[in-house]
Amino acid sequence: MKNNGQKGARLRPIHLLLLLPFAAMLWVSFYNRAEPSLIGIPFFYWFQLLWIPLGALLLWPVYRAEDRDNNGRQQ
Amino acid sequence: MNTVALTVFVLLFGFVTVLGFVAARWRRGDLTQLTEWGLGGRRFGTIVTWFLLGGDLYTAYTFIAVPALMFGAGATGFFAVPYTILVYPILFLCYPRLWSVAHAKGYVTAADFVRGRFGNRMLALAVAITGIVATMPYIALQLVGMEVVIAALGVQGEWALFVAFAVLAAYTYTSGLRAPAMIAVVKDVLIYVTVIAAVIIIPTELGGYAKMFASVGDTKMLLAPATHTNWGAESAYATLALGSALALFLYPHAMTGILSSSSRHVIRRNAVVLPAYSFALGLIALLGFMAIAAGVKDNPAFADGFKTYGNNFAVPALFLQMFPSWFVGVAFAAVAIGALVPAAIMSIATANLFTRNIYREYIAPDCEPARESQVAKIASLVVKVGALFFIVALPQSYAIQLQLLGGIWIIQTLPAVLLGLYTRWLNPWALLIGWAVGIASGTAMAASLNFAKSIYAVTIFGVTIPCYAALSSLILNLIVSVVLSAIFNALNSERADETLAEDYL
Repeated sequence: MKNNGQKGARLRPIHLLLLLPFAAMLWVSFYNRAEPSLIGIPFFYWFQLLWIPLGALLLWPVYRAEDRDNNGRQQ
Repeated sequence: MNTVALTVFVLLFGFVTVLGFVAARWRRGDLTQLTEWGLGGRRFGTIVTWFLLGGDLYTAYTFIAVPALMFGAGATGFFAVPYTILVYPILFLCYPRLWSVAHAKGYVTAADFVRGRFGNRMLALAVAITGIVATMPYIALQLVGMEVVIAALGVQGEWALFVAFAVLAAYTYTSGLRAPAMIAVVKDVLIYVTVIAAVIIIPTELGGYAKMFASVGDTKMLLAPATHTNWGAESAYATLALGSALALFLYPHAMTGILSSSSRHVIRRNAVVLPAYSFALGLIALLGFMAIAAGVKDNPAFADGFKTYGNNFAVPALFLQMFPSWFVGVAFAAVAIGALVPAAIMSIATANLFTRNIYREYIAPDCEPARESQVAKIASLVVKVGALFFIVALPQSYAIQLQLLGGIWIIQTLPAVLLGLYTRWLNPWALLIGWAVGIASGTAMAASLNFAKSIYAVTIFGVTIPCYAALSSLILNLIVSVVLSAIFNALNSERADETLAEDYL
């Protein structure tokens, strides 16, 4: 049976970057601690807040790579 | 009554009302077509979509309920942050495909896609009904957010809520999705101003963040650590974040936000820029701890509020205590307008589902496009009246319990919708049975907890693992869907897929 939607999905190694936020956020034991604190904010809180911009930054190279991929295909 | 705050509040509310009606003329389209009324003509670019999805996903109820959970239960409430971090890789990877196929085939709802992909009316109906039932209590909860701030302003009775909702219903009816898209801009400006002021002013007045966290106490500040025999609060936290992230974009209102954008790249870009809201949400969550540190619960002025609204009163009380009157008006208007945007989009999304997947599919298959749009407009009114009835006539706890169940239910459409974007190997009848197993098992887990919690402990090899019921029931659903697909496909491998591989690119 042919997998209709699969063609052209083009998952590439760079998409593995998207797994990093899952690894960081689901390993709760790692960040469920108070120290080191940052300007009085416990590690638990600032570590997770830090991952908001980190998660967005990780999407950026994937976005660029997909665009290059698309342009290459159209030419 | 707080006259200054009330005046500012009413002025801001009046301003967005005017905007809501003016929106009908914005990027003018023929509002007698469902894609125009219900999807804004699929013309929203990156910036409008950013505001629209931001207003849609980060709702007033979130602004009240997340800090309320931090206030009452502590660190657990912060799961909203990892939840919104995990949402965006999923949005980025999967949903541009949905946009493309919807654009190629003219799909307005997720159920439209399932109908086209699997050629099965029953499965599409299951997806549509799940969406409608999961969204109704969500709309009702938006009213809770509005009700709390109206009460905090000192306005007695429910008439104010009726007025606010009548206004909302009227401009949603005339302007469709364009109204919340426009109002979302105002809502965001107000929310950001409020949040920035709050995180700068309040901790300073409370003597800094260190002092604030110290007053929260050790048990609330962190999760109870996992042990070898019980993963405890930590696995509850992780599964809540993951399950909520998987469920979010399956909700009809999120789907509407995605499908109204003008290209798949708008969605990809938004996955990169939407996290700005998550940061605001993280700071808003901390308002719950600020409320503890400020001692609002011991202030006799707020005793009535806490009695009626419970911990949901924590943030309004904090603002009343810490901000000057005029700024209280701004902050409360931000919450109330923050309720209008998602309530409008949710009612439009449910109306789209009803019209496309129930009315046109089962009641009037030959209806004209203008009639379709008219039915959707009326359906959006009915949905809002239903939500209002919910809040006014029934105890508030019903809406909260149903919304909790809604999350468990909506995630059961994941195999058909999300996996369906990548493969048609899954058999529609297998998906339907998997869906039913997921709904039944998830509901049973919640029922065993008296619908008060959604964390159900499973024991595997002697280790107790508390798990979000949506996630464990989804796993059952997936197992049933895959195993039965293998069996059904062996018996009969015919497919009625109207989509092509290139439709997804």
